[in-house]
Amino acid sequence: MTLQQIEITADELKHLVSERAHTGETMLLNMGPQHPSTHGVLRLLLELDGETVVNCIPDVGFLHTGIEKNIEAKTYEKSETMTDRLDYLNTMGNNLAYCLAVEKLVDLDVPERAQAIRVIFAELQRIASHLVWLGTAGLDLAAMSIFLYCFREREKILDIMEMCSGQRMMTTYFRPGGLWRDTTAEFEPAVRAFIDTFSKQVDEYEGLLSNNPIFLDRTKNIGKLTGKDAIAWGVTGPSLRGSGVKYDLRKEEPYSGYEQYDFDIPTYEEGDVYARYRVRIDEFRQSLRIVRQALDKLPKGPFRSNNRKFVPPPRAELGNSMEAVIHHFKLWTEGFPAPKASVYVPVESPRGELGVFLEGDGGPKPYRCYWRTPSFVNLQILPMLSKGHFVADLVAIIGSIDIVLGDVDR
Amino acid sequence: MNSSLQPIVSDLESTFGAKASEFRGQASVVVAPDKIVEAARSLRDKHRFDMLSALSAVDYWPQLEPRFHAVYQFKNMAQKLRLEVRVPLNGNEPQLDTLIDVYPNANWHERELWDMFGFKIKNHPDLRRILMPEDWVGHPLRKDYPLGYEEVQFTFNFEEIDQRKPRPKD
Amino acid sequence: MGIEQKLGNMGVVTTTLETVVNWSRKQAMWPMLFGLACCAIEMMGAQASSYDMSRFGMELMRPSPRQSDLMIVAGRVSRKMAPVLRRLYDQMPAPKWVVSMGDCASCGGVYNNYAIVQGVDEIVPVDVYVAGCPPRPEALIHGIMTLHEKIKGEKFKDWA
Repeated sequence: MTLQQIEITADELKHLVSERAHTGETMLLNMGPQHPSTHGVLRLLLELDGETVVNCIPDVGFLHTGIEKNIEAKTYEKSETMTDRLDYLNTMGNNLAYCLAVEKLVDLDVPERAQAIRVIFAELQRIASHLVWLGTAGLDLAAMSIFLYCFREREKILDIMEMCSGQRMMTTYFRPGGLWRDTTAEFEPAVRAFIDTFSKQVDEYEGLLSNNPIFLDRTKNIGKLTGKDAIAWGVTGPSLRGSGVKYDLRKEEPYSGYEQYDFDIPTYEEGDVYARYRVRIDEFRQSLRIVRQALDKLPKGPFRSNNRKFVPPPRAELGNSMEAVIHHFKLWTEGFPAPKASVYVPVESPRGELGVFLEGDGGPKPYRCYWRTPSFVNLQILPMLSKGHFVADLVAIIGSIDIVLGDVDR
Repeated sequence: MNSSLQPIVSDLESTFGAKASEFRGQASVVVAPDKIVEAARSLRDKHRFDMLSALSAVDYWPQLEPRFHAVYQFKNMAQKLRLEVRVPLNGNEPQLDTLIDVYPNANWHERELWDMFGFKIKNHPDLRRILMPEDWVGHPLRKDYPLGYEEVQFTFNFEEIDQRKPRPKD
Repeated sequence: MGIEQKLGNMGVVTTTLETVVNWSRKQAMWPMLFGLACCAIEMMGAQASSYDMSRFGMELMRPSPRQSDLMIVAGRVSRKMAPVLRRLYDQMPAPKWVVSMGDCASCGGVYNNYAIVQGVDEIVPVDVYVAGCPPRPEALIHGIMTLHEKIKGEKFKDWA
């Protein structure tokens, strides 16, 4: 940005910067939207006193995609392709939230097998998302090799997802009423192989970072957030648990059968960047525990609901049942209607509370679909956290609250 | 309805004239626009709804009175309760009081309401567009705002649409 | 390398200036470190351990547009981002190339709506389109190899 443009922006934002910025005592610096350490297209206007951040004004919306409006123009089943692309590191989690909302709105049951597979994939996705976070946040703090290690492991998860859904990232594997199709025969051995190797890899990551003096200097006592502030600002997920609040929606309001699994919620009291890092590292291990349990008691049975009003019939039936053909035709041309009411379904995404507010109007298309995205809410605390820290520490703080810009801007 | 949520809803009904309803176990109350700040304050202080979980709106165009519903989701973390509060708003001049004093994270949510629905948020310290560019015209999530459909190019109309497409000079 | 076979006894290679310039341009292509959305994650994947784009001499991602000559538009371009993107393109020194990665950057993808630019070719000239939502890392690498082929055949008079 040119100097002139920063001045124009400063004029618009006069009420947000301090008096000293007007006299030129402090400097205004534009960071982003193209900046390697903002994790996407986040723009920050920084007021700096020397190298210390006096004010930080986030400017979001550079990735605003109009997904909520687009969902209103599609049927319930078709809009699911949109949900993958909201938070593109948590595609399965978005699908899960959306499917749960639709199922609650139309009152549809999901078979046990589908629920267990959903849990397995949601947890694998959580690991994959945290891996991207660990890699990029480490990269921000100049730890290069952790990035290469994390992406090596992430590829294995993407391979498992591709094995079942046919796509690496934008899977659309969960459908209202169950799954798109059953898992393949290679699925179970592949997941087992992954969880066996991965628990050792987590130790390796910890060996690289947890006691590394440079990493500790960059993360301890940086970006302190108290539990009280975190709740008042609506912060959820690892950032909240890093501030000592034991709050996880998988335990608070269990969905998709999470109540059957035995796992802990890691919390740390310090509320700094390092505590948030520790929470996520511990969550790797808890996710592995859940996956292992779900895999051990994976029930046999149907992978999607048998309710033909909402779920298409199996291909084999189309050849010999007229009714099946009618249902198939109706579902793929018209879609299924939902009652004139609204539901709000929250799930625990890797970043916090991912909520779907879904309202139907009696027709086959959602009347309104609002996404309560964790990154959008969590990003609001960035000005508060970064005040008084160096610019270099601001980079560590942005990394630690783990935002995804697709999730912020929708 | 959850048995510990029942007294809270009754309290809102008697104090703020709220109207309660329920769908699949989720409680929802409708509160008049001039009472929302007081109602939120009582929810936070008296009933320990310590988190404003979400805030959005629904547009019921072409119905004018009320055309909009602002929808708040409150969360009581200790008792594991959720409550939806809806505020009906007039279509001609939707105005809403800010909740920043009660829940500070309402700030960006309310900016989003202004950006996407055009609600005038009273007493908001920083009411600017948040997602759309500063000079954008209109409020995209209103039902009378078009989706912005662009015609898809096929072989038979490729040339025709191609001519209309903007192209960079170099 | 294969170059030693062409050297001969004298250590002299006869070729055209165009070939040498194009060869050197193609061999050291510095992409800009610039990700927009989902495709940026696959772009990171293409550089990381499993795919390792540096085998093709393009691991050096430059965060500054002034040091880079390839812009990979990885992801959807919103109307708010479009002026920024064009400014970044203008800041790159010539010769410069653009790879449009993914369906959203190429044609708007699934988002035919008010917020998304229907194809980044409306604001910058695109050399190679890579299809996919998001394209696999192999697809991106193939896209850049295609660009290499294109650069090999470039003529000086077209640059003037």
